[in-house]
Amino acid sequence: MLANLKALVRYRGLIQTLVARDLKARYRGSVLGFFWSFINPLLLLLIYSFVFTVVLPGVHPPEIEPYALFMFCGILPWTWFSSSLMESSGVLISGGNLIKKVLFPAEVLPIVTVLANMVHFCLGLPILAGFLIYYRRPLDPLELLWFPVIVLVQLLLTIGLALLVSALTVHFRDIKDLLGNLLTLWFFATPIIYPMQVAPSRFKTALNMNPMTHLVISYQEVLFYVGPHGHWKWLVALGVASIGVFLIGYFVFDRLRDSFAEEV
Amino acid sequence: MPDTAIEAVDVTKIYRRYAHKRQFATLKSALVSGSLIRDLKPEDTFQALKGVSFSVPSGCTYGIVGRNGSGKSTMLKCVAGITRPTTGRIAVRGRISALIELGAGFHPEISGRENVFINGMMLGLSKREVTKRFDEIVEFAELAPFIDAPVKTYSSGMYMRLGFAVAINVDPDVLLIDEVLAVGDEGFTHKCLDKFSEFRRRGKTILLVTHSLGLVERFCDEALWIDEGEARASGDPRRVVGAYVTAVEKSEEASLASGDQRALEQSTTAPPAEIASVSDPVAASEAPIDMFRANEGRWGSREIEITSVHFVGADGQPTHVFRSGDPMTVQLSINAAAPIDDFAFGIGIFNGDGICCYGTNTWVEELAGRRLEGSGEVRFVIESLDLTEGTYKIDVAAHSRDGYPYDYHRLLYTFRVKSRIKDVGVYRPRHRWEFSPSVQMGPTLKP
Repeated sequence: MLANLKALVRYRGLIQTLVARDLKARYRGSVLGFFWSFINPLLLLLIYSFVFTVVLPGVHPPEIEPYALFMFCGILPWTWFSSSLMESSGVLISGGNLIKKVLFPAEVLPIVTVLANMVHFCLGLPILAGFLIYYRRPLDPLELLWFPVIVLVQLLLTIGLALLVSALTVHFRDIKDLLGNLLTLWFFATPIIYPMQVAPSRFKTALNMNPMTHLVISYQEVLFYVGPHGHWKWLVALGVASIGVFLIGYFVFDRLRDSFAEEV
Repeated sequence: MPDTAIEAVDVTKIYRRYAHKRQFATLKSALVSGSLIRDLKPEDTFQALKGVSFSVPSGCTYGIVGRNGSGKSTMLKCVAGITRPTTGRIAVRGRISALIELGAGFHPEISGRENVFINGMMLGLSKREVTKRFDEIVEFAELAPFIDAPVKTYSSGMYMRLGFAVAINVDPDVLLIDEVLAVGDEGFTHKCLDKFSEFRRRGKTILLVTHSLGLVERFCDEALWIDEGEARASGDPRRVVGAYVTAVEKSEEASLASGDQRALEQSTTAPPAEIASVSDPVAASEAPIDMFRANEGRWGSREIEITSVHFVGADGQPTHVFRSGDPMTVQLSINAAAPIDDFAFGIGIFNGDGICCYGTNTWVEELAGRRLEGSGEVRFVIESLDLTEGTYKIDVAAHSRDGYPYDYHRLLYTFRVKSRIKDVGVYRPRHRWEFSPSVQMGPTLKP
């Protein structure tokens, strides 16, 4: 397992190129091309803003304004997380040709998926910055130092889960369908479209068990709320847990590796 | 340096073969029935390789031959490291490039240029190395005008050529080739062969899996014949190919014999209406034979019955496979229930296209039947079967002088003619070439 992890470092050039290919191929043939990476989160935000400020204006607590910005802080990382898992559930099967015919480290495929979605996430950040400027929300530069840490923790967690999901889907194809619904549930079980403090107290424990809760709250603390980043202890704990998730994911993937060429 | 490039020791590969119900097993049902662990264990298995060992010296061109499904490709995949052998051990020295499927991993939406880079890097090159070899790759693939077009616009030939060009330019120490020489036109195939020769000259090791026996004989230093997952013979390619060809002939023999048996059992006793008038082989050869109407069958009034038909080879044993130029005897066992004095025997040889290669009967050869009673034998002896390679069927008949059929067997018996020489046509007259001293000729050389 360690030797394979080392080999992965050797393939970083390939991973880089594949991420670039993934991004290029995604918008090939569409008129707006790369702009979709900006437009997609923007449209998503417009829909949520419309629903929660026009259709259901009374739902959110009045002290949280602008609500669109609040939601955007959560939707952006959530999109990265959920599309990564969704895509990696199918990535070994659609890349079956590679696994069967080329000597190729299969873990590159889910990792590339997560990284490509991370690039999309990063492309959404300028839009977020635009909103911050528009609403004249000052950012604390010291607090902003936490931002890369949050991204790193999320990256580790997502890669770990993506490895797990992609390896298991080869054996159980219905994970793909299951995962779609699970992610919808997961979305509502994460304080993205509502703040943590309005959640009923009996659900608090359950919400605290959700790793995405702490990531999203951390994003909100850094980017939305004024004041110091009070959630950092949770974040550090989650960081440690993410290393565990990554190692478990990699371990399972490594154990099932030999079966891929026959199963996909 | 005669060290070993590939060493395979007692390689066994077991594939799972799923029962019908296993295919539809899902995570949920696996969890519910608690069979998650059990389902991950194979219940029905297929042994693709049964303890195959071989070693390839460095710089050797090694061929693997065998029938479809014999385990050749599995062996190659094990050597390439794509699948791991169930038991046994494979050691390979140096960088491997496997030409198993060309252009696997090309992304259709992006340009040929980018795909060359990605494919090259997948095969283990660094970005700088691909840049260095890029022009060579494109030139080899003959795709310079199209290299910036998306790969989805390529024809399948272009796709394969690009895949081949990348794989061959990886500059491996060990090159694995699985039946991929059938890409592109004649010119490109020659280019590939030239490239292989260059590899040989530079002392690289090549492992070649192919059905082209000629290629193995001409090209390989050593060969291995795998059949049903077991190594049957290895060593000198001519000897291995010879053993393989003999075994194939044997199995062909068996399938021809059983095919003839089936045809005889299914043959109708009444002639099909359209060809009822065509009652002896000579007439049949004169009438234009429409292959679609030339069904096999058996008909006649059975005053004389042909009870069995055998092809007999030079050694006096019944067989179905002959070499061009071999002697062949068609041996008919006949039986007449009552004495008869008006009879003749005929034979016709048809090739796979339904063309009558030869047809004759005793009457046209000025032999008249005098008297026949009880059983007997008729032998049609061909001293030299001067036919080109192919599958032939024969008509045999016992009939009256004016063509009334007693027992007519239409295309019920099959024999195969094999030849090492790939000449064309139907008839191969005995011949030789003669040259005046100024015309110098020699045997064809290895490519």
